[in-house]
Amino acid sequence: MTKQQANWSPYDNSGGSCVAIAGADYCVIAADTRMSTGYNILTREYSKICKLADKCVMASSGFQADVKALQKQLAARHLIYQHQHNKQMSCPAMAQLLSNTLYYKRFFPYYSFNVLGGLDNEGKGCVFTYDAVGSYEKVGYSSQGSGSTLITPFLDNQLKSPSPLLLPAQDAVTPLGEAEAIDLIKTVFASASERDIYTGDKIEIVVVNADGIRREYMELRKD
Amino acid sequence: MNFMASKQPENSLLGPEADSQRTLYPYVTGTSVVALKYKDGILMAADMGGSYGSTLRYKSVERMKSIGKHSLLGASGEISDFQEILRYLDELILYDNMWDDGNSLGPKEVHNYLTRVMYNRRNKFNPLWNSLVLGGVKNGQKYLGTVSMIGVNFEDNHVATGFGNHLARPILRQEWHENLSYEDGVRLLEKCMRVLLYRDRSAINKLQIAKITEEGTTISRPYSLKTYWEFSAFANPAQGAVGTW
Repeated sequence: MTKQQANWSPYDNSGGSCVAIAGADYCVIAADTRMSTGYNILTREYSKICKLADKCVMASSGFQADVKALQKQLAARHLIYQHQHNKQMSCPAMAQLLSNTLYYKRFFPYYSFNVLGGLDNEGKGCVFTYDAVGSYEKVGYSSQGSGSTLITPFLDNQLKSPSPLLLPAQDAVTPLGEAEAIDLIKTVFASASERDIYTGDKIEIVVVNADGIRREYMELRKD
Repeated sequence: MNFMASKQPENSLLGPEADSQRTLYPYVTGTSVVALKYKDGILMAADMGGSYGSTLRYKSVERMKSIGKHSLLGASGEISDFQEILRYLDELILYDNMWDDGNSLGPKEVHNYLTRVMYNRRNKFNPLWNSLVLGGVKNGQKYLGTVSMIGVNFEDNHVATGFGNHLARPILRQEWHENLSYEDGVRLLEKCMRVLLYRDRSAINKLQIAKITEEGTTISRPYSLKTYWEFSAFANPAQGAVGTW
């Protein structure tokens, strides 16, 4: 008798898209609020964005249970860091921690596609983009999730990313103002929800700048 | 020569012998649970069937149970795993009571605990084959959440498991609103359960509706819904499509 194969999968794609854009003195992180499974919508009001530290915010799409577990892990590690160092973790430090946490489960990965955004130690915007096993890179903007294939080319066009092959390396942080970046985010999500069935309902936009963190929302198509 | 091979504890899931202990598929299952928030708390409904594949084996299964002072748990999926979860929760509530400090676990906390249990079992490739609905009220705050067998969890104004997601949620999205009265809430739930009864083959016409408010939990006596089978389209289904069955 042949060995029985599992007829269930430990993974499921909860869908959704995330975007982050870094500016000279701000960072915008956005994600839609739809949570799906297969062709069903489970809920229209689920936040994919998590504040990890004072100036560091993460948006993740993928398998919701893994995303939640990852957020909890990072929050716990941040608390320990605060106890040991008596200060908040900087965004680049959190970026490295996230990479290490993801690679730790290299052989049973967190199915979580992350963008980390915030201000670095000089107050300049920074965005880090990840794959599911922790490979990461500091970039000027990024998008992950089900709508990323629709969003990234548009951002490439609008934000005129310098070639990564240039020497000396050129920073891709956008010269756009905060309001223009937010407008771009709204445009990009409105477009993605037209064609990606997993993106829609509402966008949650988080802005990190010298004054702190603020949140705004925008309605999207519900179909 | 045996180089002092490391010995596994008895309950470990490592090694080929342990494969026989991992859940492969469910045996006795319950179908949908539907729940919604209303003015005073949460209303939840589930039928009382326990199916053994396509056989309707058990007809008096209580798939909703009160947990502690503030929560109500409904489950679909494997009934024995639901009973196991009730044992876990018994212990949780017991330890909570033993502190005797005037504090008690609210629905948010119980939901979080259940999420962690389900996720950790999924991590060990030995899931509890259930979709759970957890509702409750504490200090005036209403809470309604759900967890799946792989740990996917969220809270919302109305939730459903299994077929309920396909058939009941659309009705709830159309007709649910804030501050439903008790009567309207029950009417809405019964509408959902009736659709499920007509269209879900594992549903039976014997259900309970549970209500949880700040004052406490009440689970109704089992009762059945009125149904109508004389629609002309059903009387002669092949009329418009000769040769169909």
